[in-house]
Amino acid sequence: MRNSLGFLRREKRLLRAEPDFRPLARLMQVNWFYVLLICMLAGVGYIALYSAGGGSSHPFAGPQMVRFGLGLVMMIGVALVPPRVLRLIAWPMYGVSLILLGLVLKMGHVGKGAERWVNLAGLQFQPSEFAKIALVLALATWFHRTGPERLGNPLRLIFPAIITLLPVLLVLKEPNLGTATIIGVIGATLFFSAGMRLWQIIALVAPIPFLGKFIYGHLHDYQKARIDTFLHPERDPLGAGYNIIQSKIALGSGGMWGEGYLHGSQGQLSFLPEKQTDFIFTMIGEEWGFVGGITVIGLLGTLVLGGMLIALRSRNQFGRLLGLGIAMDFFLYCAVNLSMVMGAIPVGGVPLPLISYGGSAMLTMMFGFGLLLSSWVYRNEMDPE
Amino acid sequence: MLPRARKSRLLQNLFKRGDGAVRSSRGVFTRRALVVMAVQAGVLGVLGRRLHTLQLHEGEHLRQLAERNRTSKRLLAPARGPIQDRFGRSLAENKVSWRALLMPEETTDVAAVIERFGTFIDLDEHDHARIERDLKHLRKYVPVTLREFLSWDDMAKIELNAPSLPGVLVDVGSTRLYPLGALTSHLVGYVAPPNETDVAHDVTLSLPGMRVGRAGLEQTQETLLRGEPGSVEMEVNAHGRVIGELDRAEGQQGATVRLTLDSVLQEQVRDSLEDRVASAVVMDCRNGEVLAMVSTPSFDPSLFDSGVSHAQWNEWVEDPKTPLVDKAVSGVYPPGSTFKPAVAMAALKAGSVTPQDRFVCPGYFDMGGVRFHCWNKYGHGSVDMREALKYSCDVYFYEVARRCGMDPIKDIANTMGLGVPLGIELPHARSGVIPTPEWRRKHGYHWNGGDTVNAGIGQGFVQVTPLALATYASRIASGRNVQPHLLRTVNEHVSTLSVSDTIPSLEIPQEHLSIVRAGMFAVVNDQHGTAPKARLDLPGITMAGKTGSAQVRRVSRAMRESGHFNSANLPWEYRPHALFICFAPYDDPHYAVSIVVEHGNAGADEAAPLAKKIMTDTLLRDPENQARPPGQTVARTDSGQG
Repeated sequence: MRNSLGFLRREKRLLRAEPDFRPLARLMQVNWFYVLLICMLAGVGYIALYSAGGGSSHPFAGPQMVRFGLGLVMMIGVALVPPRVLRLIAWPMYGVSLILLGLVLKMGHVGKGAERWVNLAGLQFQPSEFAKIALVLALATWFHRTGPERLGNPLRLIFPAIITLLPVLLVLKEPNLGTATIIGVIGATLFFSAGMRLWQIIALVAPIPFLGKFIYGHLHDYQKARIDTFLHPERDPLGAGYNIIQSKIALGSGGMWGEGYLHGSQGQLSFLPEKQTDFIFTMIGEEWGFVGGITVIGLLGTLVLGGMLIALRSRNQFGRLLGLGIAMDFFLYCAVNLSMVMGAIPVGGVPLPLISYGGSAMLTMMFGFGLLLSSWVYRNEMDPE
Repeated sequence: MLPRARKSRLLQNLFKRGDGAVRSSRGVFTRRALVVMAVQAGVLGVLGRRLHTLQLHEGEHLRQLAERNRTSKRLLAPARGPIQDRFGRSLAENKVSWRALLMPEETTDVAAVIERFGTFIDLDEHDHARIERDLKHLRKYVPVTLREFLSWDDMAKIELNAPSLPGVLVDVGSTRLYPLGALTSHLVGYVAPPNETDVAHDVTLSLPGMRVGRAGLEQTQETLLRGEPGSVEMEVNAHGRVIGELDRAEGQQGATVRLTLDSVLQEQVRDSLEDRVASAVVMDCRNGEVLAMVSTPSFDPSLFDSGVSHAQWNEWVEDPKTPLVDKAVSGVYPPGSTFKPAVAMAALKAGSVTPQDRFVCPGYFDMGGVRFHCWNKYGHGSVDMREALKYSCDVYFYEVARRCGMDPIKDIANTMGLGVPLGIELPHARSGVIPTPEWRRKHGYHWNGGDTVNAGIGQGFVQVTPLALATYASRIASGRNVQPHLLRTVNEHVSTLSVSDTIPSLEIPQEHLSIVRAGMFAVVNDQHGTAPKARLDLPGITMAGKTGSAQVRRVSRAMRESGHFNSANLPWEYRPHALFICFAPYDDPHYAVSIVVEHGNAGADEAAPLAKKIMTDTLLRDPENQARPPGQTVARTDSGQG
């Protein structure tokens, strides 16, 4: 981060200078170190998808890079948008995300037993991804106006609670337990970081075990099956437990140094299901071994840490919460996906961000990083006192 | 990284109690964000740790699982070994056949394809049920057999219509073929698809096309004939598709088994027996090789390969002529008078009589208030041993048996191959029974003196198989302990049993054997012998033999006294069995023959002419006699007389 600290002094000068919107100067403000990290991760994704395609940039790696290029341009563009504009578009965006979630329920395209996708002008689109970003933006906007000193009154938490629960419930109805949980956890993290009182937290957390039991009773059979097979994968080795077992086998066969790039027997012989999407990390682990796997985890962790540091460096509550929300979103993606492929939690359709093949996840994530970078670019805007 | 001042403020914020006064949004956020970061770091740490465990600690175990995933070992069915007769004529071989398979994953509408297939090749209910079951239980990429044993025409029909039968493919398999069919079915046996028990014992049997011997030599020589399966280790993908071959081990095809059997002679013997319910064994009496072994009626063994219909099976099982039973080794009969040479040798060995001792036969024999009849109710007058054999005098042997007792008779009979397991390479071979008081006691009965007397003429509880009779005749002829056997060579290795100079002599004095042989010579060649019909028409070759007629039902006194009793008038199943044993040439025995004609009435009339024909055929196939023109009549008073 030392390099990026160099921006600090220059930025102070820029702030004093008028006018305060000069695109080229702002472009220089972008945290290029962080952009480099993102590009590195996308590079890892390209290499892995090249292998998943059987040693070819077709059909996965090539298109994914085109999307990444688009996403990169979009990210830089979003990074330059000032926070007040973002706060303005936060509520319309949130409204659109709810409408899209509703659309999915009404006329969604069924993929893998759940309605998750909506077709927008020929583009397959997963609104729950978008809803996460919109929620982060909306909550950041709300808590920006309502500082921690005003959160002592629990009534002030009712509105943000509602805007959090709406997308959670809609996604749960799709049904997509994994993403609903992620949205809920992001919301909860923002509540926590925004300065919610400890007693409020305890009051909210205490009933969760009972709620959990209630929810399990209302889960779909396939969701219950996922939980059950997660607990006992060997009971159904060719059914729902197949993915977990095959993933663990492939990881285990990687060993310390891996079977070699393009030589992972399980992945290349398609024992590994969905190796280009959810299980891309398994493939990396098989071909590059523990060394490669832990490097990728390290890279992911660095991105999370970088995001958190960017959030910490912001001088306004909006930027802080926005940065933390995006970093948390990215972190949860990674954590859920990694736990899933290592058989630590039940399988759910959560990709590994920037590495897994998939357009909408990639683009929404890049949009999110754009917001994070915007928080960095405008970090010196002060909270209204 | 951070300036000292900032660092201290950060720490200050971290440990400051958050009360209203100092609650700046940044301070709260920093503290809380650090908590969030700690959680994130913790979670990523746990995940890294788990990756470590999975890849390095459980790695070995998981790698093995991965290897198992990746490779598929497929076994290659070995070709079953052929069975041939002694001259290499094929008795059992493999024939290429075709079968139609359906790959369910290669067609969209399985039902329609099967229906269309049915228009080209008939599928019965049985087939449909089996196909349906397979479709339900097998995985998508495992082919389902539609029909096996397709002819060339059927195969061509399917190939021609291939475009309208997506997913149907024709596969080459092999069928077991028995070129001689019913002629050798009792010996060679047959094969059938393995059942679940077989597969449980040996998984290689689950290979498509594997067959298991179910009868005859196919059953007993299973291990020789089956061979060793080869294997190919292949790299497969998750769908079971073969990607490449990693390793291949060729199997060992089943051994070529050559029998002692002479299939031409076998055919001649079968033709001689015509439609009688009978069995005949021709043995090389120098080494025990079975040259022909026929049991009539017989069955077509090839039906078993593709599965025998219930109707056919029931017909065979319920037939009183028992076509499925090999009477030569599984049929037991009272030997009747053919047992008399054994009784004579037993008495000689026990010293109870000398060959010159004469007894008077008045036509009956009284013992313990029971009267035993001679077959000739007028009696034979005074007879010595040779004459008693020649006339087959019952009274003489009643007396001899009474004198020597049952145990010496049993010993000699066992030595001669009667009532003991003979080790023939066939399943269900029975050893028969030579009864003794002890054997009788074991079954809970008391032994009467009459039982010994009855056993003296091969009646009562005495039971032997035709194969045992042939062995008995061979041992009398050669004086050696020959072992009957059917296997001559296995992959060119000659059976030790067939090497004649290693066969030990019997523990019977030569004089005793000579007396019995002379008696048997007289049976056939003397003017008043019982079997003049067996006299050979070959120049310079004579035969010795012994007739036997074994009652299957006690002849009551009333019937006997009615005066005009004739067993030929009885219903077929009550008539006595006709037996004959013989060997030839008399002066240098090569061959022994035994014949049992079920309910053939009298050995002398029914079995003796058959013996003559069979022995003539046998002798003419002997290389030594090939030059001799057949059918030359020899004068009746020929060299053997006296």
